Amino acid sequence: MIITSAKYTKAHDSEGSLTGDNLGIVIVLNGVTSHVPLDPANTHYAEIMRQVNAGTLTIQEAD
Amino acid sequence: MALSKIQSNSYEDTAVHGQRNLIINGAMQVWQRGTMVDTASSGSYLCDRWRIGHGGTDGNVDIDRSTDVPSGKGFAYSQKISMDASETSLDANDNLALRQRIEAQNLQHLAKGTSDALRVTASFWVKSSVASTYTLEIKDHDNTRNISASYTINATNTWEYKTLTFAGDTSGVLNNDNGTGFEFIFWLDAGTAFTSGTFSTAWQAQTESERVHSTTGWLESTSPEFYITGVQLEVGDTATTFEHRSFGDELARCQRYYCRSYNIGTDIGTNTLDGSVTTRQGGTPSTNNVAFNVDFPVTMRAAPTITLYAKDGTSGKVSDFGTSYSGDGTDRAVSAVNAIGMRGFGGGNFTGVSENDIVVFHYEASSEL
Repeated sequence: MIITSAKYTKAHDSEGSLTGDNLGIVIVLNGVTSHVPLDPANTHYAEIMRQVNAGTLTIQEAD
Repeated sequence: MALSKIQSNSYEDTAVHGQRNLIINGAMQVWQRGTMVDTASSGSYLCDRWRIGHGGTDGNVDIDRSTDVPSGKGFAYSQKISMDASETSLDANDNLALRQRIEAQNLQHLAKGTSDALRVTASFWVKSSVASTYTLEIKDHDNTRNISASYTINATNTWEYKTLTFAGDTSGVLNNDNGTGFEFIFWLDAGTAFTSGTFSTAWQAQTESERVHSTTGWLESTSPEFYITGVQLEVGDTATTFEHRSFGDELARCQRYYCRSYNIGTDIGTNTLDGSVTTRQGGTPSTNNVAFNVDFPVTMRAAPTITLYAKDGTSGKVSDFGTSYSGDGTDRAVSAVNAIGMRGFGGGNFTGVSENDIVVFHYEASSEL
């Protein structure tokens, strides 16, 4: 599974600023942009965390 | 009337024995993602629930929905796997397999890991351009155990019916959860990394070199083709007639793992509004927040990965029509999708939308194992 980028996402408040906890992770997988929930039963999330733990992927903070 | 007169003991009686196939989409009826792909990546899906896995192959793996089926057995489609180039020489780790993962909570009745563990029997129709001895494996993901069985395709390019019975496993209880319990693996070919050991025909801790009977020669052959349909896995030591299900029933089972807004038969990336989600930005314009709610057709296995598509088929975008709702609209980037759960998702943040803009998108949701 080739994940070329990963970044946390957050909700935006009424002023347009990021707020609250991370909602999920936006990834680019095989050139397609997808949104992954923070659910260990989700196989994409599990793979992201496997790659993070292996030091081969870094999740960027939400911006 | 004696009870024996109204109860059937016949395994041919599918009304009595319905719901017995543990495999989903065994008749290759449902193809939500499309009906052909050239260069299928390892770990990807085309025919619903069927995952292709390969490593080290020189050529590209192609998958097609085929109408080449065993005659008179009631199947409309088979799954065809082929290669666009032969293997120059089979390396140790080269492999190609067709797989289906089964939820552990759907296997509890097998009593695996107890003294009462039940046998299961697999049956299927298969046709290959290479006559050889092939392997079907059941892998227990929770306990990293496996059992394999071999079958021989006797004649090239001829449909053959195969049945294989696997012993119950008295070790390794399956978790009662929504994770992978069994993985059901049709090995088309494999190198010595999978074949060099003693073939594992009894349940055991998985040893990589003992999983596959032998190299089949399929990957090294010229223009290899492999067709399969009518796959069934059931409790017991007898293969019964295939449990034909309605398309709607099979589709709903598949949608627990993958669904999308596009019509069946419409490829991802098609420029269409049919089936799309339409909403309107009604909040403070500067926030780009858009409220909407999407309900999945069935409850999914787990919170799925969501991919949004603009009307023109661009992934990671939605279409912003302003207030006119004509043309293709303007693509807007999706910076967040909110509240993703097993039943649906709701709300998102789309960069650049303005107050009262009409926003349209398609989605696909995947919670495959």
